[in-house]
Amino acid sequence: MPPHPGSPSRTGLGSPGLARLLPPLPVFALQPLLGHIVASVAGRHPELFARMGEACHKHFLIDPTDLPVVLLLKPDPHRPELRAHNRGNTVGHDVRISGSFVTLLRMIDAKTDSDALFFNRELSVTGDVEAIVALRNALDDMDSTLADDVAATFGPFSRPVRAIFDFAERRP
Amino acid sequence: MTGLQKPELVCPAGTPAGLRTAVDAGADAVYCGLKGPTNARNFPGLNFTVAEMAEGVAYAHDKGAKVLAAINSFPTAGRTDIWKAAIDDAVSIGVDAVIAADIGAGAYLARTHPAQRFHLSVQAGASSVEAINYYCRSFGIKRVVLPRILTVAEIAELHSEIECEIEAFIFGNIGMMAEGRCLLTSYVTGQSTNMDGVCSPASHVHYAEDADQNLTTRLGEFAIDCVSCGQTTGYPTICKGRYDTAPKKGYYAFEEPVSLNLTKLLPDLMRAGVTALKIEGRQRSRAYVRAVVSAFRQAVDAYHAGADPDISDLLALTEGGKETQGAFGSKTWR
Repeated sequence: MPPHPGSPSRTGLGSPGLARLLPPLPVFALQPLLGHIVASVAGRHPELFARMGEACHKHFLIDPTDLPVVLLLKPDPHRPELRAHNRGNTVGHDVRISGSFVTLLRMIDAKTDSDALFFNRELSVTGDVEAIVALRNALDDMDSTLADDVAATFGPFSRPVRAIFDFAERRP
Repeated sequence: MTGLQKPELVCPAGTPAGLRTAVDAGADAVYCGLKGPTNARNFPGLNFTVAEMAEGVAYAHDKGAKVLAAINSFPTAGRTDIWKAAIDDAVSIGVDAVIAADIGAGAYLARTHPAQRFHLSVQAGASSVEAINYYCRSFGIKRVVLPRILTVAEIAELHSEIECEIEAFIFGNIGMMAEGRCLLTSYVTGQSTNMDGVCSPASHVHYAEDADQNLTTRLGEFAIDCVSCGQTTGYPTICKGRYDTAPKKGYYAFEEPVSLNLTKLLPDLMRAGVTALKIEGRQRSRAYVRAVVSAFRQAVDAYHAGADPDISDLLALTEGGKETQGAFGSKTWR
């Protein structure tokens, strides 16, 4: 049976070895940065929420399979949240999108087509497909890219962060 | 120069940013739809408000490109006003053509806005000289978008006998169903491809991956495919699913996940008199639009100049990593 939307699930099953070998991270240290990123993107692109419609109220689990953490996104227009959780913790969500960090980065940087990633099995989706389709289409309507916006939140360090993204995206 | 007529490159856009991307990548025309059931890509987060399409028209016209409004699903009794309003809105913001399929919508367009250019959608399924000329004489259509069931030779024959321009698909999703008449989604989900604009509505699609990365795809209560780790997959549509049939198990009983790619037939299509070459994919991302439109811009320009283009990179964007010339190359396809 497919996972039921909204059901909690453990993260990390079937993920590559490196993520499992790394010790749990002090994810609380990431929260101020993640909160700043999601607030900044929401402030720059209020039109995202209209395009997402009801999907604004869903919980999206973003699972970079080669990292020791997963991210939970709640794109509520009034109180958007992005929180990190250690892989293996139980995290309730409506829909989960999984892929390597570089795959997810290329996708949010509009460098590669998410349908093609899905066809080639580099990206997987379980749960509320309607919600993830709405999120994908809303993000795709940005003239900039989400990766650009994330880099911009680093202020004076935005160019080095952008350079790191570019370096990562060039990896085979 | 080859002396061939240079065809118009007609490109998809699901969002305003997608429209700008298509125009910037070299589209001669962009087709797009309004939010709601009036077009055949009624998916969450996709399509345009009237104001967004008006901005898109201004952007495209500023760069010398056209905008074609797809209002190509079929109204049902009691809600024809939605389609009439969409036609009125599209005309009022200055789109270059309305693409319609339904004869009621077409009659309304021809009667209410006789100066508006009318393209007959692929959804109308008009494939014979008699059918196309009927639409020309009854509704004044200026162009027919041909169903993907004809060979290039048949297109050339049509061209010599019909009274309007021809637009032909050259890349993207392809199904074997009679276009505008597929009822598979309706049967399984109760929502209609043709009347609600939703082929395999996302709300009814479920994916499940087991610990060995075997992927099962369900539409509603039906499992329509299961692929093992490393195998490519396609859109979650019934026509692209695999089934256990009497002669074969795990059989693509209708159609394999594969994309149309007519790169090598472009010169033949141009010689056949095709006025416009259409790329499928309003549901795809900006990255797809940028890559495919740029590649075909180069290809069309190169063939027109008598050169041989290289657009081998497009395979990565195809459904299931596979491509076909479909019926355009041979009737032995499927």
